[in-house]
Amino acid sequence: MEKKTLPFNGTKEQEEQLMAVIAEHKDVDGAVIPVLHKAQEIYGYLPIEVQEMISEGLDVPLAEIYGIVTFYTQFSLNPKGKYHIGVCLGTACYVKGSGDILEKIKEILGIEVGECTPDGLFSIEATRCIGACGLAPVLTVNDDVYGRLVVDDVEGIIAKYRD
Amino acid sequence: MDMVRGHILCCGGTGCTSSGCDAIIKEMEAQLAAHDLEKEFKVIKTGCFGLCALGPIMIVYPEGAFYSRVTPEDVKEIVEEHLVKGRVVKRLLYAETVEEDNIKSLNEVDFYKKQMRVALRNCGVINPEDIEEYIGIDGYQALGKVLTEMKPQEVIDVIKESGLRGRGGGGFPTGMKWQFTYNSQNEQKYVACNADEGDPGAFMDRSILEGDPHAVIEAMAIAGYAVGANQGYIYIRAEYPIAVKRLGIAIAQAREYGLLGKNIFESGFDFDLEIRLGAGAFVCGEETALITSIEGHRGEPRPRPPFPAVAGLWQKPTLLNNVETYANITQIILNGADWFKSIGTEKSKGTKVFALGGKIKNTGLVEVPMGTTLREIVEEIGGGIPNGKKFKAAQTGGPSGGCIPEHLIDTPIDYDSLMAIGSMMGSGGLIVMDEDNCMVDIAKFFLEFTVDESCGKCTPCRVGTKRLYEILEKITSGNGTMEDLDRMEELCYSIKSTALCGLGQTAPNPVLSTLKYFRDEYEAHVRDKVCPAGVCKKLVKYEIVADKCKGCSLCAKKCPVGAITGEIKSPFTIDSEKCVKCGVCMESCKFGAIIKK
Repeated sequence: MEKKTLPFNGTKEQEEQLMAVIAEHKDVDGAVIPVLHKAQEIYGYLPIEVQEMISEGLDVPLAEIYGIVTFYTQFSLNPKGKYHIGVCLGTACYVKGSGDILEKIKEILGIEVGECTPDGLFSIEATRCIGACGLAPVLTVNDDVYGRLVVDDVEGIIAKYRD
Repeated sequence: MDMVRGHILCCGGTGCTSSGCDAIIKEMEAQLAAHDLEKEFKVIKTGCFGLCALGPIMIVYPEGAFYSRVTPEDVKEIVEEHLVKGRVVKRLLYAETVEEDNIKSLNEVDFYKKQMRVALRNCGVINPEDIEEYIGIDGYQALGKVLTEMKPQEVIDVIKESGLRGRGGGGFPTGMKWQFTYNSQNEQKYVACNADEGDPGAFMDRSILEGDPHAVIEAMAIAGYAVGANQGYIYIRAEYPIAVKRLGIAIAQAREYGLLGKNIFESGFDFDLEIRLGAGAFVCGEETALITSIEGHRGEPRPRPPFPAVAGLWQKPTLLNNVETYANITQIILNGADWFKSIGTEKSKGTKVFALGGKIKNTGLVEVPMGTTLREIVEEIGGGIPNGKKFKAAQTGGPSGGCIPEHLIDTPIDYDSLMAIGSMMGSGGLIVMDEDNCMVDIAKFFLEFTVDESCGKCTPCRVGTKRLYEILEKITSGNGTMEDLDRMEELCYSIKSTALCGLGQTAPNPVLSTLKYFRDEYEAHVRDKVCPAGVCKKLVKYEIVADKCKGCSLCAKKCPVGAITGEIKSPFTIDSEKCVKCGVCMESCKFGAIIKK
């Protein structure tokens, strides 16, 4: 199934930043993962176009880069929405009902985990424990954290970012 | 340092940051300025106090007033009443700390009384972003002692003698690891720190790094001296931005003070550290996978031997310990092996930090001597189960551990007794469950996690965990047979004995322990097709109690699939064929006439 996503449109500035990062790491042992972290900071995600540039720059086969990107959950092949929603599915949140909260968000936005709404506004991720277990169940929208949630809170939280 | 009249300690751990401590600190600074008190009170952002359930937390000294769940609006009142007029704001105090009209010392509060803070000693006490505060409480003294008075072998002997075992879960004797790495002959050796805390519901390591990063840096330098390494790596989860930032600041300050770098304490010993970020792969907590990941590859484990002590990072001898293990080192060096040995049980020495979560009143971080019973942790320190519910099980060891039932709640917690009852210490997550949690569902939850996190290298783990998950799925949807239970058990044992690394070898533990202690729940799912806790949606049935139903039709209007029908003012009924078990009817009924079976 094709995922709901957006086409790649990287800018010249982003490319220059990436080249600077690659140059800086060229002689470091085990540089691929740090470079991928930086590249994701620059572009927000790691489309194949970006992976190609890194492969060329570090002289590492593209297959290996792709293998690494798909191995680690932090690296994303798809762009994230302007508002990236993370629902914690760590054990503490799960036993307090975060599974139902995730279902509700998927229902409201009409997308699955790992997808982005067609307007580029929202994306959802089911995160591992973010360590705010005292506030369980927890969700995050970019850097904002919402804790001690019940399912009925979800609608209001999403509405806040829509406008 | 300027003299001040009082200190205001605000917790800046991840829990309190999530509940808004930054806004409170900003407001406090603004209010202090507005009242011209900036020179009289010092605001300090510390690491985790441990009582995350009450965050954001603020403690005002010298009185020791413990304010909990503070909001920005409360800050003005605290400043005007407490700081200006000297009247503690009772309304905001943590109720447990108030006794008649006096404030109790924190050490007398139930949550802290039975705790013993060794690894967490500085968390919530000092400002982790200021090396001078760490030095002020004996920081870097252990490193100084080691470099100027001790030979490497003497250091290793002290650690061996102390009986310290790895706090990452396995419980391997730390001193032995140091000895093996020391014995390996090579010009280049490395020291590494495992801060890839992936166990869901565990956050001890993060709190140590956030609250006391120098303790880990100092211990790694000591380890480097002992085993003969001059370069260290800290592999930390990228999901821990605050810990990464504070660690970065701490390393820079240590370099500036000459405590990292060339010729430390003019002893001729060089040591430096580098941070490497993880990228979200649970398997990287396994030592060989972690090493592969630092080298820049997919974090897949490899067979041992050779052990990292012989061939680790870039095939060089590497000492790898967990954050909490390192956090104990300086105290052992300063207070001696005998002191450390006096704490804990016969085979498990010292203390252990647990991240207490789930259905428990005082969620947060606790550190107790080994051998403390689960009951003491849950009932006394944790304050028991909220909402009058009954304790059902405690889960330790995360996806590698098991569930401990009520009849074993008096088990003393140490490596060996936990292993004996089918669980394990793990890194220290301790999740409490009550009667509303379904144990089959919990086993399924952990299997879903391991299926997702299996790296795919070996077949028993890649395929075996998936098959296990499928059987659990079958049982929770009401299609399981009694043979499935036996097949599942058999599969568990073959995965345990054949998987390549710790992840696979321990993945069946959640299933095995729940099968052992909660077999009746599995049988209820299989034989009677019911989920006793009412969690497994496909087995739940909603019914209207005719006696209680007033026939108001509200539930019928709310039902999204039109499964509820009836005449106004007479009892309604639910068509279980149509019902999607969303539970909206039960929530909307004002008379409590709808029940879940």
